[in-house]
Amino acid sequence: MKQFLVFVRKEWYHILRDPKTLFILFGMPIVQITIFGFALTNEVKNAKIAILDPSKDFASTTLINRIDASKYFEVNDYLVSTKDLEKYFKEGKIKMAIIFPQHFNQSISHTNTAQIQIIADASDPNTATVLTNYASSIIQDWQNDLNKNRKLPYSIHAEVRMLYNPELKGAFNFVPGVMSMVLMLVSTLMTSIAIVREKELGMMEVLLVSPLKPITIILAKTIPYLLLSLVNIISILLLSVFALDLPIQGSIFLLIALSLLFTITSLSLGILISSITNSQQVAMLISLMGLFLPTLMLSGFMFPIENMPLPLQLISNLVPAKWYYFIVKAVMIKGLGIQSIWKESCILLSMTIFLLIISIKKYKVRLS
Amino acid sequence: MITVRVNNISKKYSQNKTEVLALDKISFDVNQGELFAVIGPDGAGKTSLFRILTSLILAEEGIATVDGFDVITQYKEIRKRIGYMPGKFSLYQDLTVEENLNFFASIFHTSIEENYDLIKDIYDQIAPFKDRRAGKLSGGMKQKLALSCALIHRPSILFLDEPTTGVDAISRKEFWEMLKRLKQQGITILVSTPYMDEASLCDRVALLQKGKILSIDTPENIMSQFKNKLWAIKSEEMYPLLLALRSNAFIEQSYPFGEYHHVLTNNEKELALFAQNYNAELKIVDPTIEDCFIALMQNHVNL
Repeated sequence: MKQFLVFVRKEWYHILRDPKTLFILFGMPIVQITIFGFALTNEVKNAKIAILDPSKDFASTTLINRIDASKYFEVNDYLVSTKDLEKYFKEGKIKMAIIFPQHFNQSISHTNTAQIQIIADASDPNTATVLTNYASSIIQDWQNDLNKNRKLPYSIHAEVRMLYNPELKGAFNFVPGVMSMVLMLVSTLMTSIAIVREKELGMMEVLLVSPLKPITIILAKTIPYLLLSLVNIISILLLSVFALDLPIQGSIFLLIALSLLFTITSLSLGILISSITNSQQVAMLISLMGLFLPTLMLSGFMFPIENMPLPLQLISNLVPAKWYYFIVKAVMIKGLGIQSIWKESCILLSMTIFLLIISIKKYKVRLS
Repeated sequence: MITVRVNNISKKYSQNKTEVLALDKISFDVNQGELFAVIGPDGAGKTSLFRILTSLILAEEGIATVDGFDVITQYKEIRKRIGYMPGKFSLYQDLTVEENLNFFASIFHTSIEENYDLIKDIYDQIAPFKDRRAGKLSGGMKQKLALSCALIHRPSILFLDEPTTGVDAISRKEFWEMLKRLKQQGITILVSTPYMDEASLCDRVALLQKGKILSIDTPENIMSQFKNKLWAIKSEEMYPLLLALRSNAFIEQSYPFGEYHHVLTNNEKELALFAQNYNAELKIVDPTIEDCFIALMQNHVNL
């Protein structure tokens, strides 16, 4: 036991005496959450638009005011003619333009019909779709208000309610994603590098020619990173609750327990990588290319898995991060308990056991 | 009593689809309390041999036992009782001298205090720097620390793979004195080195070349096998002199040795004439152990 504790202490010295790595380990989750939370967001807020309103009557002004008042749009320019339109788009001054016809009010009240043209900058297709949808729905609302006093033969109102994330905040999506990325990075990358470094320094030879059991070496190497991951999990949760206003709906203990399970999955992957490589660079490449990218692409964090071709969907089942991402979303955002996620947890648990057994079996008691 | 027994050990490496024979049916025994050296140039197979004996790699053929335990089946027992200092041994650079030593003491279930008497001579020299990080030590000090780490659990057999490579002459001398003192404590020591002059400091020497043992004997016996007369020759221009020596048929062997060239010949008169022609100083010298090894290696190549 003393043997083990001394080994763990030695690992702590390695980690603590390398301030740059330490800074990255603790800084990374904070920076990622902040970047995703405040800069890299795909939410649309205060998009700049231009208005061309030749009629300038009661109806058009009301509608423009409504659009301007919404948090999605900000009317930046009032155009006089369509000539400037293209220039504004090309210079990137506006994302969308709304063009009213002449005598807008008149045509509504007399002919009961009017046209509004919405032009959007579709070089970013997602934003364009989102903006035009928002604009249409504002116009639709206004139209419904107009119709209030009239009797219509048929009228269907679609009441949309966004469950779990009524404000459509991006944070709901990326906090679980960042958690799985950070845990993967800290646990897999750092552990594999830490073990391979012993090999590179020639220290593995000395450790092998000692009464140390392989399991002791592996455990002592991984426990510090397990604790570091726990610190990271807590700091991400604190940040998302207090900085991003994303409350944890479900049980925090369940969330942390399952996060630790995922950390152990990643750690065993790290051990596995270290047992098949002999240099830190190779270990890093495998961790990044072989694990980090699939985590990013196939976990459902960046791209929805349902939209992928079937082979990719099947492959995504092998990515532990996919299951963890699902679990975190379920517990943190939907507030579900273990009864709803036991299947995913079992898959993650069996993956972990499988990886642990393989990595311990694969651990070599000799050099080659 | 025999502590290390090596019987017909062979080791192959496959490199770029060609097989390289690192060790070719090697056999030797090392007695308890002996200071045994394996001497050979780089690539002779020294490290492979040491790794087989320390149970780190497996030999394709042959049997080896250390302290009576088989290196393949009973490796766990061997690992409890040997001390090993690999050639590429860099310690933990970011740990201090004391932390390094403490770590190695703990993984062998012992403490610095328990075996302090064994490493006292060595450790006292680096003790003033015990709070310094190992990465900031000089080469000689690193080597002393590495030896202390390999000794801290009082091993019965010590394997030192090229401990003096890359260390200055004074530290090398000190190091061999330390080994002699350790031998007095009853520890069997196997050491490998590319430096032939170190052979005379050992009890017995095995000369290894290209995976084969050319000779195993005490330094004295190896020296006494050298029957020929050895000449030393020196002139103003040494390199042209060496080329001239090698182009002459009556010269059996010639090689640079310190400030002289050593020469073996079958025709002493011709050599004297040659020296006169080149205005060179010529004298008879006593062979050193290096001369013996060079002769042995040369004979082996000629066979």
